[in-house]
Amino acid sequence: MISALAVEIPYWGQSIFRVVGGLVAVLLPAGGIVYLFLFKMMSFMQSRLGPMEAGPYGSMQLLAEVGKWMQKEDIAPDNADKPIFKIAPLVVLLSTFLLIVVVPFGPDAVFADFDTGVFYFLAVGSISVLGILIAGWASANKYSLLGGLRAAGQLIAYELPMVLATLGVVIQAESMNLNRIIEVQNTGAIFGFGGLGNPFILTQFVGFLIFMIAVQAELTQAPFDMPIAESELVSGYMTEYTGFRFLIFFIAEFATAGVFAFIASVLFLGGWGVPFDWFGWSNIDDVDWWMNIVGPVIMATKMFALVGIIMWVRFSYPRFREDQLQTFAWKFLIPVSLANIAVTAILKVAI
Amino acid sequence: MPKPKVPGLIKGLGVTARTLGRTVKDGANTVQYPHEKESPPVRARGVIALHEDNCTACMLCSRSCPDWCIYIEGHKQLAPPRRAGGKPRQVNHLDRFDIDYALCMYCGICVEVCPFDALFWSPEYEYSEPKIADLLHDKEKLGEWMETVPEAPELEAGAGK
Repeated sequence: MISALAVEIPYWGQSIFRVVGGLVAVLLPAGGIVYLFLFKMMSFMQSRLGPMEAGPYGSMQLLAEVGKWMQKEDIAPDNADKPIFKIAPLVVLLSTFLLIVVVPFGPDAVFADFDTGVFYFLAVGSISVLGILIAGWASANKYSLLGGLRAAGQLIAYELPMVLATLGVVIQAESMNLNRIIEVQNTGAIFGFGGLGNPFILTQFVGFLIFMIAVQAELTQAPFDMPIAESELVSGYMTEYTGFRFLIFFIAEFATAGVFAFIASVLFLGGWGVPFDWFGWSNIDDVDWWMNIVGPVIMATKMFALVGIIMWVRFSYPRFREDQLQTFAWKFLIPVSLANIAVTAILKVAI
Repeated sequence: MPKPKVPGLIKGLGVTARTLGRTVKDGANTVQYPHEKESPPVRARGVIALHEDNCTACMLCSRSCPDWCIYIEGHKQLAPPRRAGGKPRQVNHLDRFDIDYALCMYCGICVEVCPFDALFWSPEYEYSEPKIADLLHDKEKLGEWMETVPEAPELEAGAGK
């Protein structure tokens, strides 16, 4: 990141740069998603306009909402396990911030370039389960407990198809490094035609579908919103939370949607890259430095497209029943993703 | 040939997408209320208006009201005779006609029961008050709403006989 701009920045400067970058990369998409999809797309799909008063077309509504939440009293129930109750939303948000660490936004614009990036994000992504579970447990509330346990059951069930769907990509790219996966996609060729690269959505379409379904479930968006089923569980594990801590849950939900969409676009849509053929680059070290600036824009576009699909599904479908939800994961998604891995591996060796 | 069957899941996505397109193109079904007023249907039951001259203080509406929210006071007085040299007529004069809209449940029985066409439905709906006691509206206020009462619809053919 630093050498590309030909400036030497001391370590503390890089650290500040990374912190600010991480905040922007997590909060900006979250705000964009909430305004664009939650406020506007959902309203339009219900033939209404959504917030229109705060700012032009209600664009400042989110700031107003944040202000509203900040003012509210921070209440913890009497019987709650207070320190754990208070820390739970932060654990959920922490998972989101840890996820963004490995997402590459350009050839050098990576917070940390791990060789086992895929492994890392799969591991770190499940920390949010802990946050949700302790939120449900520490609230001392039946609804919260049920919601937390449902969430734990669901998130663990859908973690598996996600891991298995990612494996197909890893087998094909022969690497767990996310930047390497992008490089493979953008230097690849479809039957000898390299003009489009070879985004893995083409070869791993089943994997992509499974991954997106699993992401939908991981984010507890409808039709997988059993953990926060508001008609039966009030608000699931979030029931007892108010003010700032509820806001953190809310931010984490949509920030995680953004980060998972980033990861999906890295794994399946070619990430920040354009096909390297277009500019005559042969590998990732060849890529011109300006991709570090264009890359994030490309990533954001793909992210918003993917989140758009997630939200579209969310606004269209009713909720799964709990047993259907588990059956779908264990009896359908996992076998299909296992078959996907087998087929990918066979083709990889055979071709 | 039967139409090819589209899976319900895809159809559902289509419904929301089409609604989105329609909202962007033609605008929403909703109304941005404080800026533009919604126009309720002509025969909407917004508020009950009083045509004071028709009222004879017969108390039928007040007695039929399930909520007892109509308050009527009147007195008998003499009116000039219809023909010269006749006896002065005795009429009921309306002193007070209040409807407590905090109690009213908009059943419309009073409008139905009024034999002299003194009560009407008006589509007017903007009469909320900061204090609940202020929802007791008197006959002057009820009279003002008469202006918003729509014309009576045409009778059906043969109904006049």
